[in-house]
Amino acid sequence: MEPGLTNLFEFAGIVSRFGARAVADLFRRPFEGGQIVRQIAEAGWNSLPLVVASGFALGAVMTLHTRSTLVTFGAASLIPTVQALAFFVEIGPLVTGLLVAGRVGSGIGAVLANMRATEQIDGIESLSIDSFKFLVVPGILACVVVLPLLTLFMDFSGLLGGFLSEHAASRISFHLYIVRAFSDFGWSNFIPPTMKTAVFGFVIGTVSSYFGFTTNKGAQGVGQAATNSVVVSSLLIILTDVILIKGIFFVFPEGAL
Amino acid sequence: MNDWSKAVIFDRVSKSFGPKQVLRDVSFQVVAGEALCVLGRSGTGKSVTLKLIISLLKPDQGRIWVEQDEITRLKPHELSRVRRKMGFLFQDAALFDSLTLYENLALPMLRLTEKSREETDFAVDKVLRQVGLAADKAKMPSELSGGMRKRAGLARALVLEPRILLADEPSSGLDRITASEIDELMLEQKATHKTTLIIVTHDVHGARRVGDRVAVFDGGNLIALGTAAEVAESENEVARRLVSEQ
Repeated sequence: MEPGLTNLFEFAGIVSRFGARAVADLFRRPFEGGQIVRQIAEAGWNSLPLVVASGFALGAVMTLHTRSTLVTFGAASLIPTVQALAFFVEIGPLVTGLLVAGRVGSGIGAVLANMRATEQIDGIESLSIDSFKFLVVPGILACVVVLPLLTLFMDFSGLLGGFLSEHAASRISFHLYIVRAFSDFGWSNFIPPTMKTAVFGFVIGTVSSYFGFTTNKGAQGVGQAATNSVVVSSLLIILTDVILIKGIFFVFPEGAL
Repeated sequence: MNDWSKAVIFDRVSKSFGPKQVLRDVSFQVVAGEALCVLGRSGTGKSVTLKLIISLLKPDQGRIWVEQDEITRLKPHELSRVRRKMGFLFQDAALFDSLTLYENLALPMLRLTEKSREETDFAVDKVLRQVGLAADKAKMPSELSGGMRKRAGLARALVLEPRILLADEPSSGLDRITASEIDELMLEQKATHKTTLIIVTHDVHGARRVGDRVAVFDGGNLIALGTAAEVAESENEVARRLVSEQ
């Protein structure tokens, strides 16, 4: 086997073990409630403006692009439906995942790497506190919890941006826009794509924590951990998305039609 | 080997990082209640020695006892019990920078002891008063000066009333007066609580004042161990020069 491929599998194995340890530690006392709340606030609340603004802008731009095509084919009334399906099924989950990988993933990687470089992690260990459980587990759990919530904000702000864009062009009422948006919409278009972002959250939290927690290159390692967290998390999110979509289509075949 | 009057025993300990061997076959014993100052040039394995004692690092060879526990054989969940006997003052204090000074000190108490919130407040206030930081407990570590951070690090190391205090360069980056204050605090701890002190330092003056004995490392080897006067008479020139420095 090629050395590069061997390294890839080795890396996948190490990160998987890291994530599995986090899952196992999640159910072990103490449950780190304070740290979890702190991390959820940091990952969720502080990411909200970025997610809402991005969703709104993306929704408006997408309507501008799709409008001309759909009007050409006499399907202008489908604009809200296309917008809702596109956002709830794919754009919302994927873009939220990538945005959170950029903002939260880099933050987790950099903070943990800085704590390693400044001996804060050793300091926590020296106090008989399990640094992995205290620092890593809450970060991963926070990502798992906030991703689906942020995705909902992304979806609805995208829909709002789309509505305002369409309203400016056709004077469509908000009521009619919403009715058309959800006229052909089932739970399978909403629940599985939203919940799959919990997996994205696990990927972001695990990968970012891994790079931050295991670095030993001092100040240089802080930048490297932040960069690696974003790059690897983003790639894995896209890869995971492909796998999860196949899985969702298998469980909800009507969604694949 | 299992002499319970000994706080720490190193038995033929070696440690390498990649190709660089930082400790070679090092053996020494620290008697309970004594103050041992570890001297040596930079990169000779002094800080590694402290981290081996508290098991933040594992030796490649050899055995280490902390009181009656051979920590080199303990499982991770058993380490917690032994670490609670020790306090560690890090070179840059290593305070948890997202918590206030009070929270930094209360964290181990609330997690590791049965003390109530009121008892914790009392204990934290007491140790902060001891290091002269009672008025600064609401401050974040980034708001503290170098000397205050060092004293805060010492307070955190002492908050669980350890039997052994490990201090890594407690006077580095400090002026002579502040360094003396830190030395005084450690001596006070030793006198009042019979705490064993193991102090890594470059400050020969402080080492002579605080240490009952000094150990001198060079190139990963322990080249001299004894009272400052004994080491000053040592046959090893490096040890003699280090201890005689003013």
